[in-house]
Amino acid sequence: MNPVATPFFFYFLSAMALISGVLVITRKNPVHSAIALIFTLLSLAGLYLMLYAPFVAGVQIILYAGGIMVLFLFVIMLVSVSRVERESQFNKQWLVGIAATAALGVLFILVYAKGKSVFPERTVQLPEQLNTQQVAVWLYGTYMLPFEIASLLLLVAIVGAVVMAKKRI
Amino acid sequence: MTDPTKSGGASHLDLAEREHTFLDANELVLNMGPQHPSTHGVLRVILKLDGEKVRGTECVIGYLHRGVEKIAENRTYTMFNPYVDRMDYVAAVSNGLGYCEAVEKLLNIEAPPRANYIRVILTELNRLASHMLWLGTHALDIGAITPLFYTFRDREEILKIYEKYCGARLTTHAFRIGGCLYETYDGFEADVKKFVSFVTPKIDEYEELLTTNRIWVERTRGVGVLSGPDCIDLGVTGPVLRASGVKWDLRKAKPYAAYSQFQFEIPTGQNGDTYDRYLVRVAEMRQSLRIVSQAVEGIPEGPIMAKVPKVLKPPVGEIYHSIEAPKGELGYFIVSDGSTQPYRIRVRPPSFVNLQALDKMVRGQLVADVVAVIGTLDIVLGEVDR
Amino acid sequence: MLDYVTGYLSSNVTPGQAGNWVWALIYILLIFLGISLAVMGMVWLERKILAHMQIRLGPMRVGPHGLLQPIADSLKLLLKEDIIPENADKVVFWLAPLMVVIAAFTVFIVIPFGPTHAVTDMNIGILFMLGVSSLGVLGIIMAGWASNSHYPLMGSLRSSAQMVSYEIAMGLAVVSAVLMTSFNAGGSGTLSMIGIVQAQAAQHTWFAFKFFPLGLVALFVFAVAMVAETNRAPFDLPEAESELVAGFHTEYSGFRWSLFFLAEYTAMLAVSSIAVTLWLGGWMRPFPSWHGPAITIPNFWEHAAPLGAVDFAFSLVPAVCFFVLAAFAFIGTLRMPKHPLMKIQKGGLGALALVLAGIGLVLLIPPVRDRIQDIFWFVAKVAVFMYLYIWYRGTFPRYRFDQLMKLGWKVMLPMGLGVLIATAVVGVLV
Repeated sequence: MNPVATPFFFYFLSAMALISGVLVITRKNPVHSAIALIFTLLSLAGLYLMLYAPFVAGVQIILYAGGIMVLFLFVIMLVSVSRVERESQFNKQWLVGIAATAALGVLFILVYAKGKSVFPERTVQLPEQLNTQQVAVWLYGTYMLPFEIASLLLLVAIVGAVVMAKKRI
Repeated sequence: MTDPTKSGGASHLDLAEREHTFLDANELVLNMGPQHPSTHGVLRVILKLDGEKVRGTECVIGYLHRGVEKIAENRTYTMFNPYVDRMDYVAAVSNGLGYCEAVEKLLNIEAPPRANYIRVILTELNRLASHMLWLGTHALDIGAITPLFYTFRDREEILKIYEKYCGARLTTHAFRIGGCLYETYDGFEADVKKFVSFVTPKIDEYEELLTTNRIWVERTRGVGVLSGPDCIDLGVTGPVLRASGVKWDLRKAKPYAAYSQFQFEIPTGQNGDTYDRYLVRVAEMRQSLRIVSQAVEGIPEGPIMAKVPKVLKPPVGEIYHSIEAPKGELGYFIVSDGSTQPYRIRVRPPSFVNLQALDKMVRGQLVADVVAVIGTLDIVLGEVDR
Repeated sequence: MLDYVTGYLSSNVTPGQAGNWVWALIYILLIFLGISLAVMGMVWLERKILAHMQIRLGPMRVGPHGLLQPIADSLKLLLKEDIIPENADKVVFWLAPLMVVIAAFTVFIVIPFGPTHAVTDMNIGILFMLGVSSLGVLGIIMAGWASNSHYPLMGSLRSSAQMVSYEIAMGLAVVSAVLMTSFNAGGSGTLSMIGIVQAQAAQHTWFAFKFFPLGLVALFVFAVAMVAETNRAPFDLPEAESELVAGFHTEYSGFRWSLFFLAEYTAMLAVSSIAVTLWLGGWMRPFPSWHGPAITIPNFWEHAAPLGAVDFAFSLVPAVCFFVLAAFAFIGTLRMPKHPLMKIQKGGLGALALVLAGIGLVLLIPPVRDRIQDIFWFVAKVAVFMYLYIWYRGTFPRYRFDQLMKLGWKVMLPMGLGVLIATAVVGVLV
């Protein structure tokens, strides 16, 4: 498969992800924020596709955009928007914020300056056709135990949530 | 009428003061009607909801109030007769029968037997028509669209008989004080017999569509339960009362017209839920057919009008007469001051009284059940508001 | 130019795989037009079939037997005033129908109408379809919230809960079908839509009939879940007209409303296509591996090649179908009332009969006949599901919300899970 207009799509998706990401934190209305977040997630899915990771992209759409965001919106819709809009949006922790941003910036600069030896310069041609199969082999073969532990953890979380939410079982 | 959502004192829901804790944030006041597909006219129900669960209801009525009882005070007894047809327009013939019999009782005259037979035939056909309309719309409320068309097809045959008999289809004004104005037309008996044999398999058809339908049973069984004592406390009558296991039918309890001469049963239910009410009404349709075929077989010859003075001047006094209308006990309380016009007429409409059971029936149930319960109560807003 | 076209048509890959964006665009346009036309046809058919189930005639006035009714409907919707409620959230209100329509149409990118008749074949085809079709619910939620009214809000809450619950049962059923693709010699399954159909061809069975009755149970779970996913009767609670007026689109009117309408029918077509692809052999005709005795048909277009008698008989079905339709239209023309005012209608119906017969004749030309078959069988199978949708609507009352949830979580989900486990076990054992 020959990719069509790859740089264009890369910049387009990145711009969309960034702009909607900024919108998520600047919108006062929580529903608008959630919708912006949906667009961030969708453009990230597009970026995964460009990285030859179609399975991750598909899961991103199904789980995050389709599943989790539905639940997000579900909850947010029940909140009184007018009351939320009156509350202050940022919690004024400027010092910590600036420190974290600076640390991240330094990290980026370091990666740019010294990362040549760590990261390969060119993307390798990944086996797109077998991507899903390889994910499956790794999950159910090599990393079987961690995978099962993670799923057990999630099960515990589900049971806990049910116990906490339901008054009588 | 004050708006119950705003005035705190008049409403028992306390809609004005809503708590604003975090967990109660999803409490919702939903205004259902007066423009709503399934409130059967212009009923407005204010629902207090917790999610989809009904915490309380309040009916706002009066959107179709025409002051029928007040109009009666300015009309002669004869002139008021057509007005009663406009109350329960689905069962206009029953309304007319109740009014005519009440005035006859006040005047102390009696309709001749042939007139009584004609009255029974037309009234029972009217019960069928009313139940058919109820069945169609009730099924539509629960989401089954097809039965509506079947019941309307069969109701049409009844309306055709009315049209041939007195020229009108819906608000018939079929009876007069003292008997009937019109003699039966040629072929009336044949038409009625043909209708009976036509509609009997059709009722099986409705039952085929609904009675054992799993979704229908799930939607109606255990919904809007009303116990027998509750019914009596609330004054609920008609099929709703009988579905709760109370065997009370004015046609048997206080026979009027020619009802004492026919064999029929009073179908009753046990659980008092929507499904039982459905079964009771369908069984009543079959019983009505039984009465109609008996009446049309044994219809006597003779006059159809009693001797009634040209100007009706009933003696001073008051009278209460009630009949078993399709929806329940339809009563007329007439006070006469000796003049040509009634001093006061008070109607006891079954729909109005039955409607007050709504709150008891839907509290704690879901929104979808409100629709089913309004349907199962079989209200006609023309009669509720008068 | 002609060489280019024929050269492309004889290639064996979809335009997406070939990286041929011109043909991809052409396919997208064709699919878009085809789906829009199919939706219009569906509207007419639904009204007619439902009417006949309900002893009515349905649309009869616009065109012969109401054939032009969809055009009248869409014209009315386009010309209607587009109302945005005063206190609605304008942006979200505007965005919601777009979201629903885009989600519904995007799904068709990977639906294979034939071995090469798809816009593209993705490695994650079925995953992509499930994911994108689940995005439609976001639009519904947005519509319900943005309307700033109680009924739409309740409708959208219902629909989101419903779709999220039934998606799980649907996914499990799909996984069991995907699992079936791996029971071949190589032992590797596939998520690609074309690959799934090819796996059915390789295993000489439709997955509905594989491991009887496991395939049928999975198809049943999917068929129930897909009705719930598309908000159709008896699971049409989000737009339950007797309870919630019109549910999430109560406040919408005119063109925006018609977008929701379009999206609903498109989604119905999409999920039916998934069911057909996964369980009913996609583009394959019935009895795909029964060829019959070889006969030689005089073929004046290409080389006269020996052809299975059964193959040949099935290849004539599309043309015969059109001839039958043409015959119906022709009989209708003859039965038209002899009234001067009916002249135009009569002419129109006669012209339709001629056009249908002409299409039937074109379908008899050997190359066309061979290439159109896949699409025909695919569309025919989808049409069966569409008819079922209408049939459900005419027959069933509506479920209540808690009953719907109970059915989804306590019946469909265990059933889907059981089928999945049973398929895996049987697949390993056999």
